[in-house]
Amino acid sequence: MPLVRLSNVGKVYRSLTGDDYTAVQDFNLDIEQGEFICLLGTSGCGKTTILNMVAGFEHATNGVIEIAGRAIDGPGADRGVVFQGDDSLYGWLSAIGNIEFGLKMRGVPKAVRRVQAKRYLEMVGLTGQEHKHPTELSGGMKQRIQIARVLANEPQMLLMDEPFAALDAHTRAAMQSELLRIWRATSKTVLFITHDIDEAIILATKIGVMHAGPASKLKSVIDVTLTAAERDRTHDRFVSTYREVHTIMRDEVAIAMQRTH
Amino acid sequence: MFQTLGRLSGYLFGFASLFLVWHIASAYLLRSVLFPQPAKVFATALELTLDGTLGQHVGVSLGRIFVGFVGGSLIGIPIGLSIGSFGIVRRLLEPYTEFLRFIPATALITMAVIWFGIGEGSKIFLIIYTTVFIVIINTAAGVSAVAPNKIRAARSLGASRGQIFLHVALPATMPFILTGMRLAMANSFVTIVAAELVAANAGLGKMIWDARLYMLVDHIFVALLVLGFMGFIADRLFRWGIYAFAGRFQPVT
Repeated sequence: MPLVRLSNVGKVYRSLTGDDYTAVQDFNLDIEQGEFICLLGTSGCGKTTILNMVAGFEHATNGVIEIAGRAIDGPGADRGVVFQGDDSLYGWLSAIGNIEFGLKMRGVPKAVRRVQAKRYLEMVGLTGQEHKHPTELSGGMKQRIQIARVLANEPQMLLMDEPFAALDAHTRAAMQSELLRIWRATSKTVLFITHDIDEAIILATKIGVMHAGPASKLKSVIDVTLTAAERDRTHDRFVSTYREVHTIMRDEVAIAMQRTH
Repeated sequence: MFQTLGRLSGYLFGFASLFLVWHIASAYLLRSVLFPQPAKVFATALELTLDGTLGQHVGVSLGRIFVGFVGGSLIGIPIGLSIGSFGIVRRLLEPYTEFLRFIPATALITMAVIWFGIGEGSKIFLIIYTTVFIVIINTAAGVSAVAPNKIRAARSLGASRGQIFLHVALPATMPFILTGMRLAMANSFVTIVAAELVAANAGLGKMIWDARLYMLVDHIFVALLVLGFMGFIADRLFRWGIYAFAGRFQPVT
């Protein structure tokens, strides 16, 4: 049985004028334990809507989303969310305070949660920065805190909504390899949203390409079989995978451009 | 260290130039018994301090401001929090806050005196009144300004509704609460003088009013000077307190 199953999921938004907007329709996806799935799509294709529904922030209008066989009904500590921006961090808490927040809320004693938080602080490479507040840290470091905060809570899976999109190219590349290293070390299941083909190929074990919105669904699912060494932008197998994904994406990009420009 | 020294000397020069301008204006430009020179005002201030009158008036006014300001904040913060948190409370209470905040405390002085007498009651009522709405409005605005992702993150990390309020919404709102209190403090100074001018047994406003009867212009200037300094110091103390005890809340200055 897959860890997460989305069956015929649909999401309809009602606008103030009373018109319905169908963001997602008939969306089906199984996420297996330990998989790293990238949902790849153009802007406005509803990929964040999917993530928000799995996170439990939004309810599906149609269909069912299950985790470990139970229907999702609201957010839970079993699904840790890493957001794109830094506005989810708590500015009044230090780095370590942010990382141990979930443990504190769940009643883990101070000594225990300190040790746990320190472990993940180290894992994301922030040793020595634990007493700094988010405003004193760079964009990349803030995303590291978000990742450590989620990992310290030991969720069943990670939901990541374009977490590196706001970073500069070099920081982004560094964060991608860091994330891969952490994923290999923790073997967590990851659902990762991106619009960047490169990023998807570097990270994913499976890429789900979405149709352009509205009423979007999965267009195709590609298994990425590249080894760690082959996940390099200049490697031949990387390039051929890129060409494959790009061919699938091209029409959707054209549709999205026509709609918005 | 050098920064502190620099800031202090900046203030000192600023104040020195203020008194210099005043001295030049009163000694050379507008020579009149109705516009006393700083030296004369300082002499009077010293005299009034030594005989205890100034201290008594300052003490009375400050005491009223303190009680009313603290009381108004204690009433305003929980109301502001619930207006910001619950739509139903907002709809119920907004007619009160949006209506009453446009009626200045000074317009209520006569009513307050009729209801509560010319003693402490009317003054404290007016300071509470002038404090409470600005604190409510800032607090409520602060609650609605909390980034939704902060709440979402907390829910995904396993926090309950109560925990989200206590550990996310409240600290995220602190800068707004403190800013509201700082504005309320300035309002309190305006209101207390007006109230004491109209009806009081003591206080800086009463001192100004009495001096007017005997044309003691220098006494009036002493009161004005003291008000300026008191306001300045109270505001600095408040800001210093915020940085010392709540610096991590990054006050909106």
